[in-house]
Amino acid sequence: MLKNKAFLKKNRGGRVFKVVREHYLRDDIPCGATFCSSCDTSTANLVAAERLVVVDTNVVLHQMDLLENPAFRNVIILSVVLEEVKNKNLSAYNRLRNICANRSRQFFVFSNEHHRQDINYTYIKAMANESVNDRNDRAIRVATQWFQKHLGDACTVVLLTNDLDNRSKANAEGINVFSVDHFVQSLDKPELLDLVARSESENATPMEIEDSRPSKRKIIYSEHKPMSEITAGIHQGIYHQGKLRVNRYNPFQAYVGSESVGDEILVQGRLNMNRAFDGDVVVVELLPHQSWQGDMTMIAEEEDGDGDERVGLAPDTSDEAAVNKTDEASEKATTSGGSSRPNGRVIGIIKRNWRAYCGSLEPMTTPAGAGSVANALFVSADRRIPKIRIQTRQFGNLVDKRIVVSVDSWDLNSRYPSGHYVKTVGKIGDRDTESEVLLIENDINNRPFSDQVLACLPPLPWSVPAEALHDPHREDLRNLRVFSVDPIGCKDIDDALHCTLLPTGNYQVGVHIADVTSFVHPGTPLDIEAQERGTSVYLVERRIDMLPKPLTEDVCSLRADVERFVFSVIWEMSSEADIISVRFTKGVIKSSAALSYVEAQARMDDSRMSDPLTTDLRNMNRLAKVLRQRRIERGALTLASPEVKFEIDTETHNPLDVGMYQVRESNHMVEEFMLLANISVAKKILSSFPVFSLLRRHPTPTSKMFEPLLKIASAVGIKLDITSSMTLANTLDLAVGDDPYFNKLIRILATRCMTQAVYFCSGELSPPEFQHYGLASAIYTHFTSPIRRYADVIVHRLLAAALDLEKLSPSLRDKSEVTKIADNLNYRHRNAQMAGRASVELHTLMFFRNSRPTDADARIVQIRSNGLIVFVPKYGIEGPVFLVDKASKSSTNWIMDEEQQCANARDGSSKYKVLDSVKIRIQVVEPQPNRPKLELTLLA
Amino acid sequence: MEFVGPEGLRLDGRRPLEMRQLHAELGVVENANGSAMFEMGNTKVIAAVYGPHEVHNRSQQLWDRALVRCEYSMAAFSTGDRRRKGKGNRRSTEISLVIRQTLEAAILTNLMPKSQIDIYVQVLQADGGTRSACINAAALALAEAGIPMRDLVASCAAGYLNGTPLLDLNYVEDSGGGPDVTVALFPKVDKVSLLQMDSKMPLEHFENVFQLAAEGAKAAARYMREVLMENTQNLARLVTAT
Repeated sequence: MLKNKAFLKKNRGGRVFKVVREHYLRDDIPCGATFCSSCDTSTANLVAAERLVVVDTNVVLHQMDLLENPAFRNVIILSVVLEEVKNKNLSAYNRLRNICANRSRQFFVFSNEHHRQDINYTYIKAMANESVNDRNDRAIRVATQWFQKHLGDACTVVLLTNDLDNRSKANAEGINVFSVDHFVQSLDKPELLDLVARSESENATPMEIEDSRPSKRKIIYSEHKPMSEITAGIHQGIYHQGKLRVNRYNPFQAYVGSESVGDEILVQGRLNMNRAFDGDVVVVELLPHQSWQGDMTMIAEEEDGDGDERVGLAPDTSDEAAVNKTDEASEKATTSGGSSRPNGRVIGIIKRNWRAYCGSLEPMTTPAGAGSVANALFVSADRRIPKIRIQTRQFGNLVDKRIVVSVDSWDLNSRYPSGHYVKTVGKIGDRDTESEVLLIENDINNRPFSDQVLACLPPLPWSVPAEALHDPHREDLRNLRVFSVDPIGCKDIDDALHCTLLPTGNYQVGVHIADVTSFVHPGTPLDIEAQERGTSVYLVERRIDMLPKPLTEDVCSLRADVERFVFSVIWEMSSEADIISVRFTKGVIKSSAALSYVEAQARMDDSRMSDPLTTDLRNMNRLAKVLRQRRIERGALTLASPEVKFEIDTETHNPLDVGMYQVRESNHMVEEFMLLANISVAKKILSSFPVFSLLRRHPTPTSKMFEPLLKIASAVGIKLDITSSMTLANTLDLAVGDDPYFNKLIRILATRCMTQAVYFCSGELSPPEFQHYGLASAIYTHFTSPIRRYADVIVHRLLAAALDLEKLSPSLRDKSEVTKIADNLNYRHRNAQMAGRASVELHTLMFFRNSRPTDADARIVQIRSNGLIVFVPKYGIEGPVFLVDKASKSSTNWIMDEEQQCANARDGSSKYKVLDSVKIRIQVVEPQPNRPKLELTLLA
Repeated sequence: MEFVGPEGLRLDGRRPLEMRQLHAELGVVENANGSAMFEMGNTKVIAAVYGPHEVHNRSQQLWDRALVRCEYSMAAFSTGDRRRKGKGNRRSTEISLVIRQTLEAAILTNLMPKSQIDIYVQVLQADGGTRSACINAAALALAEAGIPMRDLVASCAAGYLNGTPLLDLNYVEDSGGGPDVTVALFPKVDKVSLLQMDSKMPLEHFENVFQLAAEGAKAAARYMREVLMENTQNLARLVTAT
C-alpha cells in the first residue's frame, strides 16, 4: 500500500518548496503483545497485564523520570510520539530509546505511522484545517483504539495525556484515558508520585496557597520575548545570542560570550539573568551604557545567604581558574579609561540546558504527618544552579539525604524554578554518597558493565595462546628483560620498558604498551561502552574503570612473570641518546619485574646493587636525562601543579594524612620515554593518515592569558618573557626568590595561565596548529595508556593500520567521526579531572572535619579589594582570607592596593605583598546546613 | 541521521531489503518506434526509441554496426524546486554515456550496420535511482521497438547506511552521504553490464551491497519481462482478432 506525503518546506535561503515523500503502509508490523495470537511475537515484549499504557508526546517530554522508573512498565510507544519527541528534544529521545532498547522494561515501539491491517489504518491523513498537533493527537487516539480492538478483552489499553482537550475527545471516543497524576495515584505506588513533574497549569493552585502573601504573588521576572521578535532582533543586531556561563564563584553573575559584540557580555543578578540556567543558549539585550558596571573584583559576598566564595583545591590550568577571569575583565576596564564591559539582560532562552541536579533539601519545619505533600526548596551541590522548588510526599525521609532533582519549569511569578524529585543518592555526609554525588555532577557513568559488554571479554583465566606465538605479525619479545615502573599499588599496568646494550655500543630501548586492541574490537558493545566512558576516573579512594576489571587488572595489565600481548615501540639509540632508528611491532613479553617508583629509585641510588636489571635502570635513566635536557633546551616548560596525595585508612577508607606528591627521578625517567613513544607514534600515524589521525595539542596561550601572572611578577619585581615557551622557560628558571618554594609557586601560577591540552582530528587543523606548547613538540598524541584512556585505543588502531597489521574500521576513516570522538574524549577527560579534584576536595574537607583547627603556612597568590587569596602548599588548597569585615565594608583597618598587589594595615603594623608567606588557620564551618566548607583565617 | 530505525523500518516504511513499488507502461509515445514509462516509487522516467534509421551525420556512420545515441534530460518540473535542468550539463552528459554504454552492450548492433538508433530518456519526477529507472525504461522501449538484443537489461541501486545494506535508495537516503552502487545486468545470461559506485565503502561490505543491487536488478527484470509478455499477448490478441 502506497501513500504519498506531501508537505511544504522552507530551505535555508528562505525559499519555500514542496516536498513529496513516499510513505509505505504495511501489514507485517507486530502489535508487540506476547499474548497476541495474530501477530508475530518474536520481538514482542508486552506481557499480559491488567493494563497496557499508551503515552502522548508531552508525557514523554515532561515525565521522563517517571518513565525511567523501573516500576513503570508495559508501555506502548507510538512512532508518531517518537518522531515528535525527536524533533523537540533529542536528549529525551535518546533516553526514551534507551528504555525501549532494554527488553526487561517492557516498552514496545509500535510503528503506527506505517501500519495497516486490512482496512484498519493506524496511519491517518490530516483533515482539512487540522493542525499537525491535532492530527498527531488523533493518530495517538486512533492507535489506542486499534490496540483495544486488536487485543480485545485480554487487557485494557490506557491512554495517558495531560492535555484536557485530548482527554475529552478520547473520552467521547470511548478510550480509557487518564491524566498522569491520576494514573500514578491509581497505581498505588506512593514513591512514584514524587517523580511526576507538575505542569504549569497544575502548579498554579498549590503555589497560591503557599505564597498567600500578596507581595510574593507579583510577577518577579520579565516575560521572555516571542521567538519571531528574537530572530528579527538578532538579525538587526539589537539582540545577541550566546551561551550563558554562570560564574563558578558567584552565582549572581554570568557571562554570555557573543560573537556579534566580540566581547563577553556581563549579566548581573538573577533578575537580569531572567530565569536562565548555566549553559542555556540565551538571547541578551545590552543595557544602556550608563548602567554598565564593572566586574567586582571583590570576593563575592553572601547575598541572599546563597553566594560565597569558598576554599577549594588550587586550580591547575586557566580553564578552572574562574577567579582569573574577573581579574582580566577589571584590568581591561581600567585600561580603557573607566568604561566597563558591556552589561546585558536576558530576554529570551533559545535552548535550555536543564539536566538532573544533585543536592539536598533545605531543612524546614516538617509539615504534618508522613505522606502529606510538602513544598520544599532544593539546594544544588553545583553552586551555579538556583534553588529549585519541589513537591514531595516524603519530606521527612529526604531531608537528610542527597537527592537528584529535575527542573520542569520556571514561572514569571516564581522566584525559583520548580522541579520534581528523581531519586535518592544516600545519606548526607556519608563518604560513598558524597562520592556518588560528584560522579553524577560530572556526568560519569558509574554503573556496572552490562552483560553484553562482559560477553566480549576473552575466557578467563586468560593466557597467551600457543598459536599467537606463531603469528607472523606478533614478535616474540619474551627474551627481553622487560620491567615496569608505576606508582605503589598500581594494578592497571599499561606500560613496560626495556633497555639493552647492543654489541655496537648503542642501546636498544623499548616501550611496551598493553595491547588492548587485541581484546577490544571495534564496534563491539565493549568498544562502544569504552568509547562512551572515554577514560578511567581516579578518585581518592577508588577508580572507575573504562574497561571491565578482568581486562584492566589482569588480561591487559603487564604484571611481572606473566606473558602478555604488547604493542611496542623500539628504538636504537646511541649512548648520547640520538635516535638511530625506530620501529613499531606487536609482540609478546614476559615482564621480569613490576617496580614502584620508590623501588626503582632505591635500586638506582643503591651503589651496592649491580644486577642486570639495576644496570638497565641506570642506563635508561642516563638516556632519559639527556632526552630531558634536550627537550628543555627546545623550550619545554617544567610546569608544576599543586598535586597532593592522601594516605587512606585501609579499613575505613577515611583520609589519615595529606601531603604533597613527591616526584622522583624515576618518575621523570618513565615520563621521558613515554613522551618519546607518543611523539614517535604521532609522527608515524600522521604520515600514514594525514587526514584522520587523532592527535593532542596544547594551544599557545595568548598574552592576555598571561596578564595575571605578569601582574604578580611585576609586583614582586621579577621579569618574565612570554614571547615563546622557550623564553618563558628560561625566565622562569631565573625567577628565584628568597626561599626554595618561590620558584615552584611561580611555576604553579604560570601553569594556571594555560588552557588544557586537547585531542583533535588532524584533518580539522593546519599542521602549525598541531603544536604542543607545554612539551614544545610540533606533534603529540597519546599511545601509552590504552587501559585507562580511549584515545590511546584509537591511536593503537591507527598505528596497527599504518603498519598494515589490521584494517581500519570505517568510523575511523571519517574525519567528522574522529572529530566527534575527540570532542567526547575532551569532555570526558575534563569531567574526569573535575571529579578527581572534587574527590580530593571532599577528602580534604573530611580530613579537616575530623581534626581540630589546623595551622599551616600559606602563600598569598592574589590581593583583592576585600581580602587575600592564599594558597596552602601542604594541602594543595586555595581560598580567600577576608581582611575586610563582610558586614561593614567601609570600616576597615586595611588599605588594599590591587594594582600593586599589596595590603597595608592602616596603623602600619603589618603589610602584605603578593607571594608573601602568611600563617593561616584552617577549619571547617557550616554556615549553611548541608554545605560544610573550609574557612581560612589569618593568624596575626 | 537515522536511516533505519531499531524497528527495522526505513524512513518511508520499507525494510532494508525491499524495493519501491515498480510500475511500467509501454507505448506511451505514439510517434516513437518504441517507448516506455518506468516508475520506481516516486521516480518516474519516460524513454523513447527511434530507429534503426539512416545515419543523420554521414561522418559518424559505422560500416560494421549500428550507431547508438542516447540523450538523457531532466524535466524542469522533475524536482521540488523548478530549475532549468535539461541536457548538456556534466551530470546529464555522464548519465547519457552510462545509459548508452549499458544498452549498446545488449543491442546486436552488428545486425544493423550503417544505421542509427536514438534513445531519448527524460526524468519526469526524480526521487533517487534515476539512473536505474532510465536504464530500465530504455530497455523496455528498445524491446518495444523490436530492436534485436542479446538479453533484457535491468538495473537497480543499493547503498550502505547506518551499517546496513539498503536496496533501492530514494532521494533522502541517496543524499545521506553513504555509498551508492548502481548495477545493471543481463538477467538471463547473468552478466553485469554496469557497475558504478560513488563515495567509498569498506571492501568487506562491498560484495554484500553489490549482491543486493544485483538481486534488485533481477527482480526488476522479472517485472519488466511480465510487462513485455503482457504487451506481446495483447498484440497477439489484436492480430488474431483482425
